[in-house]
Amino acid sequence: MAINKVYNSFKEAVADVKDGSVVFIGNFAGPGGTPFFLIKALRDQGAKNLTIVGNTAGGTGLTLDYDDHRILFQNHQVKKVIASFPFSTSPKRPSDAEKQILAGEVELEMVPQGTLAERIRAGGAGIAAFYTPTGPGTVIEDGKEKRYFNGKPYLMEYALRANYALVRAWKADTLGNLIFRGTQRQFNPIMAMGADVTVAEVDEIVKPGDINPNCVVVPGIFVKRIVKVTENPGFPRHLELGDFQVKEEI
Amino acid sequence: MTKERLSREAIAMRIAREFFDGAVVNLGIGIPTLCSSFVPEGMQITYHTENGALGFGRVVTEEEKAQHADVDLTNAGGQYVHPKPGMCFFSHADSFAMIRGGQVDISVLGVLEVSEKGDLANWMFPGRGVGNIGGGMDLAFNAKRLIGATEHTTKDNKPKIVKQCSIPLTAPHCMDMIVTDIAVIKFTPQGPVLKEMAPGWTAAEVQDLTEAKLIIAEDLKEMELL
Repeated sequence: MAINKVYNSFKEAVADVKDGSVVFIGNFAGPGGTPFFLIKALRDQGAKNLTIVGNTAGGTGLTLDYDDHRILFQNHQVKKVIASFPFSTSPKRPSDAEKQILAGEVELEMVPQGTLAERIRAGGAGIAAFYTPTGPGTVIEDGKEKRYFNGKPYLMEYALRANYALVRAWKADTLGNLIFRGTQRQFNPIMAMGADVTVAEVDEIVKPGDINPNCVVVPGIFVKRIVKVTENPGFPRHLELGDFQVKEEI
Repeated sequence: MTKERLSREAIAMRIAREFFDGAVVNLGIGIPTLCSSFVPEGMQITYHTENGALGFGRVVTEEEKAQHADVDLTNAGGQYVHPKPGMCFFSHADSFAMIRGGQVDISVLGVLEVSEKGDLANWMFPGRGVGNIGGGMDLAFNAKRLIGATEHTTKDNKPKIVKQCSIPLTAPHCMDMIVTDIAVIKFTPQGPVLKEMAPGWTAAEVQDLTEAKLIIAEDLKEMELL
């Protein structure tokens, strides 16, 4: 019997998130690739003492002003954040996470972006830890094992896994196979691999066979739940451009 | 007397002269982003961005935004970019595999402080006690060649090229070269070498605004921008 992965609402898709969960949230510098509706549903659901893992801690002010996972901080649901870019770029507009980190309410673990990506990838790939060349001789090396390979220093970094991954993709089939659009991809595929329960927010859900198997980015076995976006979040997207295949240079 | 300093565009123009045909280049936020506007015609540069794209086109201008802005096609600073034939997308794991794996020929980064040894400090916001490491540390440690793009001094006229960095490092001994609004300085095992100066400046005047002791290149010359 086929397992039904398609959920009718974002609310149902995050209903069982427990207090104290570790949650991966796909995001980068702008709205692309951020699962807004899943984040809102998690805010409404209210689970507390969460550890949030993402590139930012929300509200970094890099591009547009919008509600991303900063709403989880606003709602005081976060105990710890693991991120590479946790602070607002503007001192005049400190993020909610920033205020809570500086007040000692939220613990911050800042990780270089490539190390963060590899820790997430390793978690999904069954690797416990690895040695990276990034960080020796900086504050990042504090408390870490340093080891030399071919005369060059490396730091040992541990894999990260999560109870839930909230990811954004372009299209899913009902088996959970995912494809992405442009730079929406970023952390989403590796996060999808490394969580007990991966929930994907997508523009479209199609039947098996309607996604070219040569193009699948995240195999469906990694994805437990799929929810289709039904309202326009209000960001510039030109979906008629499809996957940005272009013949001529602009 | 205040001497004329180069514009941000001129700094970018000078850095673009370091690019070579076929190079894979990663540009940081700020002055570095401007470099892409000054690449000689016919030279093929493949731009890499941390958020998982290679070979994308130029940044979408204000006027083009209504037509071309798309949140699924941005660079690492969150700016909209144009698509380009042959571009490709990949995950963050692959993106930083490229960086650590030695595929990025040139990384151009902003600078807060650089030491005489070529240590770079650029992630802690001045005066705020906090900052974002982001992808800059991976680039500084692993790009084949690291070029700094910056004004020579801070807003309150303090040297940015110092004996020892006073803020947390992005990476030690990583800088190859720095291009400022008055000079081009190359970092060598012997120390920082003054290679070029903006028009009208003397080596002594550049040294006055530099805390680290500069070695004067034998072939010291005026900066050429084109």
